[in-house]
Amino acid sequence: MAIKTEPFVVNVGPQHPSTHGVFRMRMVMDGETIVDMEPVFGYLHRGVEKIGETRTYTGCIPLTDRMDYLSAPANNLAYVMAVEKLAGVKAPERAQYIRVIMGELARLASHSMAVGSFLNDLGAMATPLVYMWREREKILDLLEMTCGQRLTSNYMRVGGVSQDLPEEFTPAVKKFVVEMPRFIDEYDQLIKDNEIVLARTKGVGVLSKEMAVSIGASGPVLRGSGVKWDIRKSDPYAVYDRMQFDIPTGTAGDCYDRYRVRVEEMRQSVRILEQALAQLPQGEVRAKVPQRLRPPAGAAYGHIEGPKGELGFYVVSDGSVAPYRFHIRAPSLINLSALREMVIGWKIADAIVTFGSIDICLGEVDR
Amino acid sequence: MAQNGEGSRGFGLGILKGFALTAVHLFRRRFTILYPEKRLPVPRRIRGTELVWYVDRCTGCATCAKTCHQGVIKIVTSGPEGNRFHVDKFEVDTGYCIFCGLCVEACPFDAIFMSTEYERGKYRREDLVMSKEMLMAADKHPSAYYHPQPVPGVALPEKVPSIEETW
Ligand code: SF4
Ligand code: SF4
Repeated sequence: MAIKTEPFVVNVGPQHPSTHGVFRMRMVMDGETIVDMEPVFGYLHRGVEKIGETRTYTGCIPLTDRMDYLSAPANNLAYVMAVEKLAGVKAPERAQYIRVIMGELARLASHSMAVGSFLNDLGAMATPLVYMWREREKILDLLEMTCGQRLTSNYMRVGGVSQDLPEEFTPAVKKFVVEMPRFIDEYDQLIKDNEIVLARTKGVGVLSKEMAVSIGASGPVLRGSGVKWDIRKSDPYAVYDRMQFDIPTGTAGDCYDRYRVRVEEMRQSVRILEQALAQLPQGEVRAKVPQRLRPPAGAAYGHIEGPKGELGFYVVSDGSVAPYRFHIRAPSLINLSALREMVIGWKIADAIVTFGSIDICLGEVDR
Repeated sequence: MAQNGEGSRGFGLGILKGFALTAVHLFRRRFTILYPEKRLPVPRRIRGTELVWYVDRCTGCATCAKTCHQGVIKIVTSGPEGNRFHVDKFEVDTGYCIFCGLCVEACPFDAIFMSTEYERGKYRREDLVMSKEMLMAADKHPSAYYHPQPVPGVALPEKVPSIEETW
């Protein structure tokens, strides 16, 4: 006797522990297999782009903190780079190095969070997440020491950084750089040998090279699929052209490769930190910029390799104190649009893992 | 779910390694504290949840109010008295303040500072509004945010925590 079946719809989220915020996956299921998936977002929409049009150029910097709150200095950097291009300001050399240091610390913090919550999505409840948080705490301490707050750093300014590094920063970060590789190895050991993790991530949620490129994915999602693309190399900003580092890439484009890329990137970040600390020059950290900056009319795009991918700001000026248009190219949003291709045909539990492996931040998706 | 063929090693060894790492943590230094019985020291530059304002330094130029993008600082001044204005009203609605520190950076006379305090829970929103009198009478704990040496004679947080000491 034939059983009559029909697909049914399951909503995962918006309030769901595995959606990393308020995100909804509307899944059409055939039994436990996903037939179709529609990502629904916008629950955290705060209208950052519109608010930015009413604020001064400096006043927009705190807004960027609140987008990807796991790596606020990187957001600040992308924004001020766009404005600097627009206004024709150049940050002093020491500030450029500080920017690199802060950018890499932000990357380490964001990636440890990404790896930790990825394990959480795999079902390793909380324990590995807290191990990685421990390391992240140290980075947040370093940020707090420098700019006064852990998450909303508000550190970069048009023409430099808000203030110089405190004297206790350099010894602390040197100690951190020595310790960190050991901890990265420790995490890696937790995962790369664990049969359960391997079985659940290898070959799951495959994103092909062509698909990744045509969707416009960037960051570890793109590199996990085997495309060697990193803004730090292809369009070096700050002083990345003076740093030696490799771009890790995956081959299969599955969840495991994306994880691998993140761990390798953490190692490279430590390497960049070491070099930046060794080369850090003395001098000014902030160029002379008027408080109420009025860049000449025009448009500029500033982009960086953020922890989650290419983070870009497109700022249009009409010559007044506020941006005429303030657009954000958020890597999380664009990477998320690849999710549908990755999960169709997989089971619902794999969809959660795949989603975790993209590493999005809802503050940036919806902004 | 894809099965991978890592058959050469004993299955389950990796899982045991993970457990071993967890067991090691029994003997590591604990990195959490029991707040509020114990507190971590705050760094000098902390942007705490309060603003510290010195009436005798303030000239009523209102630069801070113009800089604040949240519209938190409300200032009313009257007639110039010599080279300064008389500040009739100086109100900070800390409920809307995001503690970005831009007003502190903008003040040309070093009259406004971030604070090292961080506990400001209140039962009513109105209680978060600091009037001029409240700001004048408040216990002042300026932090070193943007001002390496805020006010002579004011104690900063004693030691700067480094990652060593907070762990
Ligand atoms: S800290 Fe920021 S939000 Fe608060 S009053 Fe100053 S400028 Fe306004
Ligand atoms: S900027 Fe400083 S001096 Fe001017 S009104 Fe504000 S606190 Fe007073």
